Amino acid sequence: MRTFISGNEALAHGIRLARPHVISAYPITPQTTVVEHLSSMCSAGKLTAEFVHVESEHSALSCAIGASATGARTFTATSSQGLLYMAECLHYAAGGRFPVVMMNANRSTALPWNIYGDQRDSMGLLDQGWIQLYVENAQEALDMSLVAYRVAEDSRVLTPFMINMDGFVLTHTYEVVDIPDQELADRFLPSYVTDNRFDFDSPKSMAFSVGPEQNFRFKFREHQAMNRAKKVIAEAEKSFAEVFGRQYTGLVENYRCDDAEYVIVTIGSVSGLVRSVVDELRRDGVAAGLLKIRYMRPFPDAEIAEILRGVKAVGVLEKDISFGYEGTVFTNVNSALQVAGLSVRTSNFIGGLGGADISREQIRDIFQSLESDGRRLNFLGINREEYDD
Amino acid sequence: MSGKNDEKVRTIPFVRQGKKLTVGEIPEITAYEAGFLTVTNASWRTETPVCDRNRCNGCLNCYLYCPEGCVYRDGKTGKIDIDYDFCKGCGICAKLCRKGAIIMEKHGK
Ligand code: SF4
Ligand code: SF4
Repeated sequence: MRTFISGNEALAHGIRLARPHVISAYPITPQTTVVEHLSSMCSAGKLTAEFVHVESEHSALSCAIGASATGARTFTATSSQGLLYMAECLHYAAGGRFPVVMMNANRSTALPWNIYGDQRDSMGLLDQGWIQLYVENAQEALDMSLVAYRVAEDSRVLTPFMINMDGFVLTHTYEVVDIPDQELADRFLPSYVTDNRFDFDSPKSMAFSVGPEQNFRFKFREHQAMNRAKKVIAEAEKSFAEVFGRQYTGLVENYRCDDAEYVIVTIGSVSGLVRSVVDELRRDGVAAGLLKIRYMRPFPDAEIAEILRGVKAVGVLEKDISFGYEGTVFTNVNSALQVAGLSVRTSNFIGGLGGADISREQIRDIFQSLESDGRRLNFLGINREEYDD
Repeated sequence: MSGKNDEKVRTIPFVRQGKKLTVGEIPEITAYEAGFLTVTNASWRTETPVCDRNRCNGCLNCYLYCPEGCVYRDGKTGKIDIDYDFCKGCGICAKLCRKGAIIMEKHGK
């Protein structure tokens, strides 16, 4: 069924189609309408899930983990400070190998207080052991809800999955979205079967302590599982295309990079604008390209290096900064290039912090600056020469 | 890992055997027998929980709350048993059992 809905509503439909057993969440702008829609679906009998209204985000994820430890399929959603409040539990879910799926509405972090979108909330938590996907539109948010469970619950992966959506820009804008039939969703997504649960036939210790030596091995296994997700994501997308007829591009998207000289690497909703500028520049004869990163974890290092091989200059545009160094996406991209032995000129463009708009003109300026040797670290709209000590 | 509490499952190399596990031998998940600690913690106990199997109905309430995950089910009788290598004697199981089936026996009088 094609219908005109917001990104949050689209995501809620995706979760409904995944038939979670337990949903626990605490409302926070701009995630709130996801939870409202799911709550309405439950009370209208369109979704038979246990909907738990908790008193905080820490409890929201704790509740999802507890439910997952009984073998339930679980969902939670949050944003910004709420995600940070969950930080302790993020490790529990990842280390315990509980395949919770969470939607995070990317929003700036305090202070100064602000409810608009940037990606500092989730980028600051890359090391917590969650798969991190960044979507670009409402349809993708819906579709990836199903893919998320399929990947997270795969016995080779068993790793929690965070679906990141840019706050307001994606969560609150309306698009035409195709809502698939339940029958198709059921064909794509098998039910969750696991040994990782309280089992009354064969009671086992749950979420146990492990001394230093063995603990290290568990962490190694966690790392392996996250890496195995790369293959499982590819399989899930292939199967998704067979069932629903929509093909996604895996860990990254290569848009006109094959013969490109200048490439912007970016992530999330701003990719749409960059794609449009790439088309404009191509009409003007500039060999521009876009490399969109979809998954920050597991990190597509080989895929990124392969696409950027032979490119003259790369600009990484991101809504994040690790104060005292540079943007985290930039650090990761440079590492991927270094591992592959490529010496491509790279520079970093920080934009959109606190929800600041990123304009078409600014994207064009980035491409222009790639043609000359510019600064390594740039802040959109701020002339650093004026302020540097 | 599906074995019902059989000897095979309970004799994998554990900390109590002083064996080192290879990466391949550790479970992929954190649901397993008790005993991935550094040492057994039986020595913590000043009281030992003892189950009266005539009273126990096998509801496993004790299992759900045991902080050490050391309550297991006896495959033959369906009643509970306790892995004393890892029971720390906290008494939570005895408090929670609605059948009064677990008695905490004091040590060394
Ligand atoms: S709670 Fe009591 S009755 Fe239930 S299994 Fe444990 S010992 Fe038996
Ligand atoms: S005394 Fe404590 S550790 Fe021992 S079995 Fe009972 S609840 Fe578990």
